Amino acid sequence: METPLTKNIIKGKTIDLKIYEKSGGYQGLRKAMSKNPEDITSIVKESGLKGRGGAGFNTGQKWSFVPMGKDAPKEKYLIANADEMEPGTFKDRLLLEGDPHQLIEGMIIASYAIQASNAFIFMRWTYQNSADQIRKAIAEAHEAGYLGRNILNTGFDLDIHLHVSAGRYICGEETALLNALEGKRAIPRSKPPFPQVSGLFGKPTIVNNVETLCNLPHIIDKGKEWYKSLSITDEGGTKLYGVSGRVKKPGCWELPLGTTMREIIEEHAGGMLDGYKFRGALPGGASTDFLIEEHMDTVMDYSSAMKAGSRLGTGTLVILDDRTCPVGFVHNLEKFFAHESCGWCTPCRDGLPWVEKVLNAIENGEGVEKDMKILEFHTSYLSPGHTYCALAPGAMEPLQSALKYFREDFMKHINEKRCPWRNNYA
Amino acid sequence: MLSKEEIKLIEKEMAKFPVKSAASIESLKIVQDKQRWVSDKALAEVARILEMPVTELENVASFYNLIYRKPVGRHVIHLCESISCWVMGLEDILGYLNKKLGISYGETTEDDRFTLLPIQCLGDCDKAPAMMVDNDLYNNLTTEKIDDILQKYQ
Repeated sequence: METPLTKNIIKGKTIDLKIYEKSGGYQGLRKAMSKNPEDITSIVKESGLKGRGGAGFNTGQKWSFVPMGKDAPKEKYLIANADEMEPGTFKDRLLLEGDPHQLIEGMIIASYAIQASNAFIFMRWTYQNSADQIRKAIAEAHEAGYLGRNILNTGFDLDIHLHVSAGRYICGEETALLNALEGKRAIPRSKPPFPQVSGLFGKPTIVNNVETLCNLPHIIDKGKEWYKSLSITDEGGTKLYGVSGRVKKPGCWELPLGTTMREIIEEHAGGMLDGYKFRGALPGGASTDFLIEEHMDTVMDYSSAMKAGSRLGTGTLVILDDRTCPVGFVHNLEKFFAHESCGWCTPCRDGLPWVEKVLNAIENGEGVEKDMKILEFHTSYLSPGHTYCALAPGAMEPLQSALKYFREDFMKHINEKRCPWRNNYA
Repeated sequence: MLSKEEIKLIEKEMAKFPVKSAASIESLKIVQDKQRWVSDKALAEVARILEMPVTELENVASFYNLIYRKPVGRHVIHLCESISCWVMGLEDILGYLNKKLGISYGETTEDDRFTLLPIQCLGDCDKAPAMMVDNDLYNNLTTEKIDDILQKYQ
């Protein structure tokens, strides 16, 4: 089993330029620069690489909307989204801290493909160690001639700038991220225009997730057919999967895309802790629908997770066990979303705090039957199409699936006027 | 009042962008690094340098949770509130911190040593519960561990 993204990564260490080059680093970039930018986009498109940040859009296709050629704007931007903040997600940290040059090389390749003039890494403040490693790697890459003017004597110029954010989940939404980089409130923009045409400072801009960008050197170096052969199903490549919650060995692993949920939880995470039973999992962060026992053999790729009624999301599973209250679990999620709403669209700004209050009441034994209707009403009222961005629709995914799979638990709270899991606290 | 050093750093940031106001967040962070928080006076001065209306900069400053518009203690504790930490015992850790320090979220200890704030997912979910004290990350928290950790920060 090949693990191109993590093959160099040793826990607690950071790969420097020398070791990175020895392991084949920057070969992909050399190959990329011997080709036309448009050819790079085609290869990436045909490799099937999809965005690893959660939305799962074909990366090459995303790039193909950027204006190219003589009439295209001279200023264009490439941005690495390193604002990893989806609750339960800790995969990009591994790549940032362990092998920062892989990201830098991926960014140079992407910048070359869209002919970007400048690139940014949008990093969350709490990833202090990642920021330090990236700063060092940028300096090393400059020194070695991979960044700056006339890169590898091709006439292509590029600088990478690190922006360390001042917080807020919404910054991970790509148009809100652009506003944050421009020094404004991080409020999502209405689309169209899409960032590919009018993004940062009104110029064509591509925003890609860290893991997505880290795939590029390997795709260019070893080819799209090799890349496609890495996955179990036909979607191509590997995926960083993670598990957190009450399992024996929580962690993050690079596995072929299309590994089953059962294999991830039982083999890699070592199964549930003794005395705990599996009740459900959010397969890809807080904004994905619960999957339950009957979905254990679902293969974790984009289309299969969707068929099972959820989404692959970030690929990091959060486990709900039988000794944890599902209402309290969902309340924690909705409290997060209500807090992180940027306040721009009314349904999200007003709806999420309402949901949070209702869940809080149910959890505290003060819920009434009508509350279930209020929650259901919100799952449709805050569904896609009612807001500028995906925050509120994402917030409804765990709620709507919890209402479906854990309805009895909600009703028990309402009927018994208490949380059955909190006997000790009563 | 901003020091010469702060002004110099802000001007350096400004030069990186096509518009001065794009340096607003970096500039607020520069002030906060030196003064621990961003006072009204400091904010007004930054706005003048960036040629932004004060209200517009306030609009930015109040949006981001890591820009402090109230004084904080010598050390800031950010406790991760996210789902994996909640499952793994966040409520006990929070209860312990509340009791030990005698403060709730948003408050500072009387001796000005600690401010306690919630933070969203620290991205250390496989080692939950987690918290940051200043720039340092701590994970697999237990109440015993917290005693040792806090001792390092005087």
